[in-house]
Amino acid sequence: MISTGTRINICKYDHLPSMIGQVFVIGHNEMAVFRLSNGNVRAIENKSPHPKGGRLADGLVSGEYVYCPIHDWIISLIDGKVQAPDRGQVKTYPIEVSGEDVYLII
Amino acid sequence: MGKRKLVMIGNGMAGVRVIEEILKLNHDLYEITIFGNEPHPNYNRIQLSNVLQGNTTFDETIINDLNWYESNNIELFTGEAVIGIDTNKKLVISDKGQELAYDELILATGSLPFILPVPGADKEGVIGFRDIKDCEKMIKVAKHYKKAVVIGGGLLGLEAAKGLIHLGMKVDVVHLMEHLMERQLDAVASTMLKKELEAQGMNFLMEKATIELSGTDRVEGIRFKDGTETEADLIVMAAGIKPNVSLAKDSGIYVNRGIVVNDFMETNIPHVYAVGECAEHREIVYGLVAPLYEQGKVLAQVLCNQKDQGYEGSITGTQLKVSGIDLFSAGEIYDDNTSKAIVVHNEYEGIYKKVLVRDDRIVGIVLYGDTKDSNRLFKMLNEKQDVSDITSISFLQSQEASDKNDVASMPNDEVVCGCNGISKETIVNAIQEEEVTTVEQVGGCTNAGRSCGRCKPVIQDIIAYTLGDEFAQTVEKKTVCGCTTLSRDEVVEEIREKGLTTFKEVMNVLQWKNEEGCSKCRPALNYFLGMIYPDYVDERDSRLVNEKMHANIQKDGTYSVIPRMYGGVTTAKDLRKLADIAEKYDVQLLKITGGQRIGLYGLEKEQLPAVWEDLGMPSGYAYGKTLRTVKTCVGAQFCRFGTQDSMSLGIELEKRFERLDTPHKVKMGVSACPRNCAEAGIKDVGIVGLDGGWEIYVAGNGGTDLRAGDLLCKVKTEEEVYEITGAYLQYYRETALYLERTSTWVERIGLDHVKEVLANEKTRNELNERLNQTLARYEEPWKKAVEDEEIRHAYYSKHELLKL
Repeated sequence: MISTGTRINICKYDHLPSMIGQVFVIGHNEMAVFRLSNGNVRAIENKSPHPKGGRLADGLVSGEYVYCPIHDWIISLIDGKVQAPDRGQVKTYPIEVSGEDVYLII
Repeated sequence: MGKRKLVMIGNGMAGVRVIEEILKLNHDLYEITIFGNEPHPNYNRIQLSNVLQGNTTFDETIINDLNWYESNNIELFTGEAVIGIDTNKKLVISDKGQELAYDELILATGSLPFILPVPGADKEGVIGFRDIKDCEKMIKVAKHYKKAVVIGGGLLGLEAAKGLIHLGMKVDVVHLMEHLMERQLDAVASTMLKKELEAQGMNFLMEKATIELSGTDRVEGIRFKDGTETEADLIVMAAGIKPNVSLAKDSGIYVNRGIVVNDFMETNIPHVYAVGECAEHREIVYGLVAPLYEQGKVLAQVLCNQKDQGYEGSITGTQLKVSGIDLFSAGEIYDDNTSKAIVVHNEYEGIYKKVLVRDDRIVGIVLYGDTKDSNRLFKMLNEKQDVSDITSISFLQSQEASDKNDVASMPNDEVVCGCNGISKETIVNAIQEEEVTTVEQVGGCTNAGRSCGRCKPVIQDIIAYTLGDEFAQTVEKKTVCGCTTLSRDEVVEEIREKGLTTFKEVMNVLQWKNEEGCSKCRPALNYFLGMIYPDYVDERDSRLVNEKMHANIQKDGTYSVIPRMYGGVTTAKDLRKLADIAEKYDVQLLKITGGQRIGLYGLEKEQLPAVWEDLGMPSGYAYGKTLRTVKTCVGAQFCRFGTQDSMSLGIELEKRFERLDTPHKVKMGVSACPRNCAEAGIKDVGIVGLDGGWEIYVAGNGGTDLRAGDLLCKVKTEEEVYEITGAYLQYYRETALYLERTSTWVERIGLDHVKEVLANEKTRNELNERLNQTLARYEEPWKKAVEDEEIRHAYYSKHELLKL
């Protein structure tokens, strides 16, 4: 079992291509990790909050938002909130970049 | 502290709407459990008659799919009925022996069809018309039997009858009264309706009281009080519904006709509520969705401790969902000596409108043949507007000519979609901010039009009005997207003039509002840059998802793989290979696509490179804004009618132009003779073989904007076909808006203009030269992904870190 607050080294920073979502599977959870054009790294659950579902990793990234590839919802990578007029929220996960390593806190 | 436990019995439209409203008000207040008798998630019962009539599918009626329940942490027990409620211990007992405690309990058990208590009503082949199961039964029976009888000439009965006719059955409708839908229509409207339905194939047995259903095990006939009979293989009882109250009654909850509730949907037992068709409020049981949704809203407020104003009852409006029939009715139907009627009756056009007025207020509406005014009048009725200043019958006159003004004059807060309470303003905002342009898209972001569908024509008008207005003010000013104030032509001009070479440069120099653009402008700019510079290096991450992944994303996030099958021609070896790979990767679906090739569906993205490698075939670009397929008939090589070799020409066209980026997808077809088996008349470019030459058709469309192609020219040789097609494609590439199909593009710029441009040989050569330069830059994307580790890592990998 993974307990809450676990810090997991997911990859080297350089392994994250810019503006292309990467899928990480940790146990039963699937995360989409994005390296933004400003260099920051963000992680969200790889699951669209749209009622019909879908995944987010392959969506178009602009600034600090990702566009749901199936329904074109705009989702903040900072707080996971779906932008108006659509509503909903995706789970976000804290990321720590320490040296060359990227850690995800679950 | 744990969450409070909310249990709901019933998983239908009204009940689930309550849950939706609760989640909106306070997502974390309750731990929610729902019991549903039927084995389905919440679906749109109103649309069942449209399923029967072939206008929609069962899948499309689903309002909340299972993912919705899961993602909102709602526990759903389908196919499990609650058989007892202990209101003292506050728990429910299911037919599977499950006992579940509740803090709050909602009864949303809906209603049951009223089955006439006549001998024989329990025979095989006698059903109600209420749920998916009934529909499935009708569909099944229609395959084996011929004759159906629907008892009841009201809304439900007529819709069921129309559905059964659509399913190929002969249908009699039995009605007890003199007129159809007598509770909603007066004699004039009812007679018009009957005539129209008869023309659609319905047979009516009016003023007949059913006394017996005959037959042995299965029903065979129906006998009436007047001694007459008729045959029947299927009997649909649609004589009314009755609230489903037995569980409540048995549990000691006060029941009259329905479960009696106060203005806050509370029953006589604390912590037990009722909503929907099972509830009786101020002695009225409602069967239409709009009041039920209003009740749902009130109940949600009550349960979230935001009790505001109670529910005070509704006046309901009705319409009939039978294709070709427009009718609307609300309030009182028959005039008496205290009311006055304003009537317009145009027998030529089959239009009848009646408004009943009492004390200067509208109290009743009947519209037949033209229901455009229904929302406006219904609002006047509901708001009890003073109509004394409307002295003429002008407000009943058909407003064909002033349609636009109709929408324009509609107040912003006027409710357009009564079922969901969506105002004009909300819809206009969605159109403007979301840049949606279809009724479905408006429904997607506002819920409008998603229940009964009556308001869809009005939504269409609002779209036309809202967008049309924009066009009218600034014809040129259809901007690329919300990130800029520049139009497509202005952006392209600036790129050329200033020599901008990347999307970031464009956005920077042209002062984009959004630093990295949006999902509309990024793909568009990437296309424009690629169109302007033949050696442009594609910006893959600006592509629409399918083009980025070189595979079609499916609704569950898996992908499909569709390799080229040039001209729809394959070999035994390739087929074998496809079969082997389908088995090896255990694909969910193997299908012949609409474009004459074979698709493998349901692959995870990390499987794609391996599948492509095993296939060793080029991408069919079934996902791209590019040349999709060239459909061909068998032609002169085998067909006794074929005058030309359509397969060879089609294959050559596909090989020449594949991978070319175009503003939208491009489909071609080549037929060897005017019988046109390749359907070249509805393709972006369609070639038809004649004795000694070819006809070239353009701007056909078999999809959203159904349009027959226009004859562009006739040519004698294959070389000329390639030359004209190339020049035509390049001219489309250079002048169309992004995501504009050739059909709309030609309508916009004019066929004669295109003909004129292509008539000039020098222009044609220049266009083809630019096209060929562009074509030279493409690489086969699947092969590239297989060979390039970096691409595989960036786009097609999934990193498993910890397995549990």
